[in-house]
Amino acid sequence: MSVVTVQLGQCGNQIGFEVFDALYTDSHCPQGLCSKRENEAYQASCKERFFSEEENGVPIARAILVDMEPKVTSQTLSKAAQSGRWKYGQHSCFCQKQGSGNNWAYGYSVHGPRHEESIMNLIQKEVEKCDSLSGFFIIMSMAGGTGSGLGAFVTQNLQDQYSNSLKMNHIIWPYRTGEVIVQNYNSILTLSHLYRSSDALLVHENDALHKICAKLMNIKQISFSDINQVLAHQLGSVFQPTYSVEGSCHYRRNPLGDLMENLVPHPEFKMLGIRNIPQMSENSLAYSTFTWAGLLKYLRQMLISNSKMEEGIDWHVQPPLSRLPTLGKASLNRELQFNTSIANLVILRGKDVHSADLGGFKDPALYTSWLKPINAFNVWKTQRAFRKYEKSAALVSNSQFLLKPLDTIVGKAWNMFASKAYIHQYTKFGLEEEDFLDSFTLLEQVVASYCNL
Amino acid sequence: FWDLALREHAAVNQKGIYDEALSSFFRNVDTRVVGDGGSISKGKICTLKARAVLIDMEEGVVNEILQGPLRDVFDSKQLITDISGSGNNWAVGHKVFGNLYQEQILEKLRKSAEHCDCLQCFFIIHSMGGGTGSGLGTFLLKMLKDEFPEVYRFVTSVYPSGEDDVITSPYNSILAMKELNEHADCVLPIDNQSLFDIISKIDLMVNSGKLGTTIKPKSLVTSSAGAVKKRHQKPFDAMNNIVANLLLNLTSSARFEGSLNMDLNEISMNLVPFPQLHYLVSSLTPLYTLADVNIPTRRLDQMFSDAFSKDHQLIRADPKHSLYLACALMVRGNVQVSDLRRNIERLKPSLQFVSWNQEGWKTSLCSVPPVGHSHSLLALANNTCVKPTFMELRERFMRLYKKKAHLHHYLQIEGMEESCFMEALSSLSGLIEEYNQLDATKSMPVEDFPRLSVAM
Repeated sequence: MSVVTVQLGQCGNQIGFEVFDALYTDSHCPQGLCSKRENEAYQASCKERFFSEEENGVPIARAILVDMEPKVTSQTLSKAAQSGRWKYGQHSCFCQKQGSGNNWAYGYSVHGPRHEESIMNLIQKEVEKCDSLSGFFIIMSMAGGTGSGLGAFVTQNLQDQYSNSLKMNHIIWPYRTGEVIVQNYNSILTLSHLYRSSDALLVHENDALHKICAKLMNIKQISFSDINQVLAHQLGSVFQPTYSVEGSCHYRRNPLGDLMENLVPHPEFKMLGIRNIPQMSENSLAYSTFTWAGLLKYLRQMLISNSKMEEGIDWHVQPPLSRLPTLGKASLNRELQFNTSIANLVILRGKDVHSADLGGFKDPALYTSWLKPINAFNVWKTQRAFRKYEKSAALVSNSQFLLKPLDTIVGKAWNMFASKAYIHQYTKFGLEEEDFLDSFTLLEQVVASYCNL
Repeated sequence: FWDLALREHAAVNQKGIYDEALSSFFRNVDTRVVGDGGSISKGKICTLKARAVLIDMEEGVVNEILQGPLRDVFDSKQLITDISGSGNNWAVGHKVFGNLYQEQILEKLRKSAEHCDCLQCFFIIHSMGGGTGSGLGTFLLKMLKDEFPEVYRFVTSVYPSGEDDVITSPYNSILAMKELNEHADCVLPIDNQSLFDIISKIDLMVNSGKLGTTIKPKSLVTSSAGAVKKRHQKPFDAMNNIVANLLLNLTSSARFEGSLNMDLNEISMNLVPFPQLHYLVSSLTPLYTLADVNIPTRRLDQMFSDAFSKDHQLIRADPKHSLYLACALMVRGNVQVSDLRRNIERLKPSLQFVSWNQEGWKTSLCSVPPVGHSHSLLALANNTCVKPTFMELRERFMRLYKKKAHLHHYLQIEGMEESCFMEALSSLSGLIEEYNQLDATKSMPVEDFPRLSVAM
């Protein structure tokens, strides 16, 4: 089954390129550590999901590019074409000239309706190329105007037009300081709308990715390209094919459906995060060897202490002895040490996957009381190594990891809203204070729900 | 400005193709075609025409331009001139010439707009102290708002310095301010004294021949080599160069590619939290650069520090000791997001931001540096440090107005009454009061508003 990707705005398009590039390079990586037949099956599965065939053998990404100004999409298209490895479809791009001005209301209320038909047509064309559709993967940022506002609009449309297909929104959580001043407004408007129309929100935080680049990859002058590459690596380690059944050699067919089934048991809890191990520059790889026991031990601690990387983990955080839920906001004000999970999915790739012991993740103390570990925890495996990593593990989790960042954004946006700052910029384009209040209400509800796990 | 813009695009555009970047400021025209049908949208550059309308109620300056080397850049149909001038009288510029030329101006604006695929923004460049720029300029501003309500209006206004030789400049400025308050989306105030001080500093550095501080020969800020005018005879040329660079840098991220683009509409969106408070203090760094291309990090950080120093602002203002409502950093050249973040973290503690916008930073990264530099930074601050400029202006106004000096020149114009002055004064006072209220919050502790509580 295939996944149709919608790349929105500068962020979405810049990331989209890196993701397809990572997927392609991995599937054509010579060091697969498995048999030739195995490798071919892997490649074929990856291709079915993300690429369609072209006459002269250059695969075309199953994606559409949308932006309200032309510079980024034309750059993205030419970067792909110049690589010679894969490319975007000739008519897969929709762009305008004037941008969205970092204004969620402009993206949602002006661009959305104006360009609805053209964009949905493009999506339809891409969907028709698929033999069967697993669902949509929508890449967008929360801080800007196009990704956030138009992204929310498009997702809503997808829900109406393709009600039987799944939608996963990949959201970029902005740096805490210094990207866009109205980013908190744009974020709460986006999140509240997506919470109603999307099936799952896969979140990547710029601050976390930045730290990974600095500490683990040892990059001195970090660019957005570096950040996007780390991100693409993480996404690749989740989306590349894995066996459908323990012990079999057939690859699972419905990546989005399986992800949702394993990770989103309840519609109130939709926010997913990724952790990956090991994460290091490829030069250092040659000098390191890993055991599954070691990798999984670190990964587990990363989960429960809410750390995004394998360095600087707080080993003191341990699961609580009693699993009684704590009520109310008091628990938020206390230092939230332990990260409670609703559901976890571990994906193992590489040598001796079958020998990996996942007992640590089946401990009921990790999870909220209303789901047993047997339902809350799942494993996917493949012997085929990911890129050059002899062993690698990814963890996709639905947990409290975003609780603090979300609470912070809601708090800041609320302070700004109470001062009425910048509101006129939004009401100019059809949004009203009521809409803001609705968003705040919904998100306070989400915060409370996660808090009470 | 047009001189520098052409040079900037010439440096970047090697193949002479008329591209998106060029089309933001220029039309491509085949001059052999008579009338209006000569526009070419793609392909090789034929003749570039500035997307501009030039207005002056005297002929001297415009004639000089039309006889100068840039004469082909301007379409003679895009000019409006008169002979007598406005006599440094806002009322003459606004009421008399406004009415007289309204139709003509409108027609030429409409023509220019039609030539654009997607018109995003008007740049109005004028002075506040005279008669035409101030009076007719603000008349035009209102017209733009009525005719093209969705197009942003950015105004670059030269405010009169303390030692300004036009006696009536306070009247003109205050009358104009009311219009700016009501009809502009964003105003970038500039004053001549600050420009002059910056130029003097550069001259000092060049002439003292300090080791390692040589001006790059092709720098657009100071160089006359390759520029249209052979020598900078008057200091005004050098001073105007700075303002021209301001406009270039303001639009660089919209014209050229980068990893974090910023369009003009984003400036207004992020920096104007309340409609009236749209005055942005600007600073450009570095004004001088060194010979080597790979600048070690320390010097890059210096560029960021300088942007906040009062010596680099284009008006007399000290943002560091006043209150920030919002701040934008527009970087060009070989600078990455980590450099930006590092410097924001470093400088943040020494700056005061209003309580509801403690992290009020807007950033952009454009990969194309200005000609002759490896990187540059434009900082735009919505900061209460503009207040002193307005208060001084008000004082100078009051000194004249109390004695009714020169008032008759204005009142004799049809449509002008004393109430115009009173309204303008009250508009300015209202603005100053807003800044005062914000300043009052400066030393108060930041308290969070109580959040919505949700029933579980």
